[in-house]
Amino acid sequence: MTTSPSATAAFPAWFTTRQQAAWGRYLAIPTPKRGDESWRFSNIKQLDFTGFTRGSGAPSATGLLARSTGLEATSAKFVFINEILAHAESELPAGVICLPLAEALVSHSELVEAHFMQQETRLGSAKFAALHEASLTNGMFIHVPNDVEIPHPIEIHHWLAGDNTVIFPHTLVVTGTHAKVRVVEMFRSADELQPGLAIAFNDLAAGPGSKLDYVAIQAFNEVSRVIQINETAAARDASTTGFILNTGAAWARNESLSRLEGAGSRSDMLAVSIAAAAQEYDQRTFQHHVSPGAFSDLLYKNSLYDFSTTIFSGLISVDEGAHHTDAYQTCRNLLMSDTCEANSMPGLEINADQVKCSHGSTSSQISEEEIFYLRARGIDPAAARQLIARGFSIEVLARLGDAALEALVIGFIDAKFASIANGGS
Amino acid sequence: MSYQASATLDAETHDAISIDRSKGDFTFPERNKLDAGRGLTSKTVDYISDVKNDPQWLRDFRHRALQVFLDKPMPTHWASPDLNNINFDEIRYYLSDGEKPKRSWDEVPDDIKRTFDRLGIPQQERAFLAGVEAQYDSEAAYSNVKEELTKQGVIFVNSTEGLHQHEEVFRPWFGKVIPTSDNKFSALNSAVFSGGSFIYIPKGVKLKQPLQAYFRINSENFGQFERTLIIADEGAELMYMEGCTAPKFETATLHSAVVELVALKGAKIQYVTVQNWSSNVFNLVTKRGIAMEDAEVRWIDCNIGSRLTIKYPGVIMKGRRARGEVISIALANTGQHQDTGAKMIHAADETTSNIVSKSISVGKGRATYRGQVHIPKHLKGCKNNTECDALLINSNSRTDTYPAITVKGNRHSTQHEASVSQVSEDMLFYLMQRGLNPGQAMSLAVNGFINDLVREFPMEYSVELKRLIDLEMEGSVG
Repeated sequence: MTTSPSATAAFPAWFTTRQQAAWGRYLAIPTPKRGDESWRFSNIKQLDFTGFTRGSGAPSATGLLARSTGLEATSAKFVFINEILAHAESELPAGVICLPLAEALVSHSELVEAHFMQQETRLGSAKFAALHEASLTNGMFIHVPNDVEIPHPIEIHHWLAGDNTVIFPHTLVVTGTHAKVRVVEMFRSADELQPGLAIAFNDLAAGPGSKLDYVAIQAFNEVSRVIQINETAAARDASTTGFILNTGAAWARNESLSRLEGAGSRSDMLAVSIAAAAQEYDQRTFQHHVSPGAFSDLLYKNSLYDFSTTIFSGLISVDEGAHHTDAYQTCRNLLMSDTCEANSMPGLEINADQVKCSHGSTSSQISEEEIFYLRARGIDPAAARQLIARGFSIEVLARLGDAALEALVIGFIDAKFASIANGGS
Repeated sequence: MSYQASATLDAETHDAISIDRSKGDFTFPERNKLDAGRGLTSKTVDYISDVKNDPQWLRDFRHRALQVFLDKPMPTHWASPDLNNINFDEIRYYLSDGEKPKRSWDEVPDDIKRTFDRLGIPQQERAFLAGVEAQYDSEAAYSNVKEELTKQGVIFVNSTEGLHQHEEVFRPWFGKVIPTSDNKFSALNSAVFSGGSFIYIPKGVKLKQPLQAYFRINSENFGQFERTLIIADEGAELMYMEGCTAPKFETATLHSAVVELVALKGAKIQYVTVQNWSSNVFNLVTKRGIAMEDAEVRWIDCNIGSRLTIKYPGVIMKGRRARGEVISIALANTGQHQDTGAKMIHAADETTSNIVSKSISVGKGRATYRGQVHIPKHLKGCKNNTECDALLINSNSRTDTYPAITVKGNRHSTQHEASVSQVSEDMLFYLMQRGLNPGQAMSLAVNGFINDLVREFPMEYSVELKRLIDLEMEGSVG
């Protein structure tokens, strides 16, 4: 992590220039420190990334390819191991561009340039976004032209392999007018014991009247660390959904920013996190209402076991003139041990009139009555608690409105609960 | 009709809004014999210590605090950058006529008497107060407490007197609830404080009538730094009310108080503030109470005046079943930023806290709620409820909410809810259809919004509050 990016001859000049500028920014921006508002309650020690290096040589793909299973019906499927493309298949309507970023940078240079990392990272990780920009070598570029609907999800697998390896997965999705696409990304480690680092970025630009859904499943091994930064922009009447599942990693930081740029646009921001052992999930969100008459709804649910910690800091910001805004934000923490810690900072900044905004945050344990009710039906207390916790988490999934996708996510959730029931990882 | 249309305040509206403050907007010539001069150095601190005949430990305390104040950065990384407009070198830190507080109203110098007469203090006192203290710039001008209370052992004096005559009660708690280094402004207060009240209520004494203090700034560029310490011994109960006014000077004025409350086992303290500083006062106040077993501390806080208020009354619940509560009403008009909130630190089992905050933003006013709730992991059965509601009157009004809630362990429950809304067109239409003009309709709706909180104030205050709100609303609509 101490080397500057080396220009890949094949990449266009604008990209090389951007990477060099980003490296300069990375070096110039100070490391977050205690007392920074956007890192309040965070464990700053986790930001020491010394010792991580890029993987040397391509790891064996065969075993990982076999494990790269997901949805039954997909319109495209890509597998990356340490940012290197290991598998690609697609069956997409004409005109759709769905390519590894390294390829798209060459074949669709201008289109990528127009959309590539156009926004300033505002939720605290500007330094790491710069590092990501300077260092990335690959990723996905998806462009859905006007009026094209992709029937099944595009599925992307990212594997992190090798000891102290760092990866920079990048996903850029752009939809044209009235287009429709759903992208599912899975982040996993090849090995359960090797610590890794992922600094991932997903950039979603939904064109007018389009529908863009993005699902991220973060299930790295429990010794790895992750920073995931999301930027969503919704144009007029566009509808976007962003969903994150956190079950893996020792420490994960999620930053999600939705910008409601067009009138009548909509953003659903969803997350389920199940933290156990000493896992720390640090989530920052921003619902930025730029235009009038837009709608945003955020629901984050955390279940906390053992010594785990979660941080939720959300802000609804309504610009001057963004009247008739509807914005909601809910964070619920289910406390499953007496040593876990939930921090919530739900915030509002309203500069407009005729708005309907609310936020709510709760932290509580399962009530004795609920346990009693299930015990009365012959379910033992441990199973009863698990059942309620599972129901608590999967309630969010219904908002995805897709049974197959729901089943995929539930698979990861159940695997996590099973690992907790077996005494942890 | 559209109330959104009134984006800027016309002259008439402005006059209507300014009416309420005129009650406090008058000034008398300064006749200060003691003046620490402008600016803050260790000489200023020594001057204050000399004048007040401080014991050596307090002089050292002040000097240490000055160093902390100078070392701490201005907290503009989260608070309003308007703080940078305070010129600490222009401020006068101590002004006094050098006379002892008067026990009888007749002895109070004429212009000070007229000041408080205009604010209606003697009538109030006769009517329903158990004791009163009136502070004029740095020192109390008048202080009185009913005789039977003195016989019961109630102490109600200014902080200097408390320190000199009751050191055995005063010193153990002084600076313990709010340490000097708590924040930049508590350090500033610790360095230069003068005035404020010291109250001690003995075991089991329950005051039926409230104690009251008035704070008055009369001199331009003056910084008022009062320090209040209230101790309610086991089973004691009291209500304390404070009111603040200042004339409207050309330049900004600073008020930075520290208020510490100690409620010992089973005691109850209610602290009521109606803050109506003129709109160029920086009001940066640290208020915190500590509640022992079964004790209760309630802050009832209403902020209508000032240019910038930063104030988060807090309760540290240190004993089992202790209770903390903050009821807060803030009204921010054009040119004002009310940055208020609450801090609830749970430090014992089965402690409960409640925060209800309502704010109204009028014109270009900005109301901010900032809160902290902390429940550490070794405790059980702690509960917190937080509600913040904001009402926006005009299209360029602004409101923010920034709560922070930390819960460790699974034997607690917290809930936080916030909402932002406007007075609905339907409601206004309904009221106007019944013959109210738009202003009356808006006033009624706004009063309805805060009605359940206004009831928490003592009756005289709630009537006053309603009237103030009527005035603030007049002309904001149309």
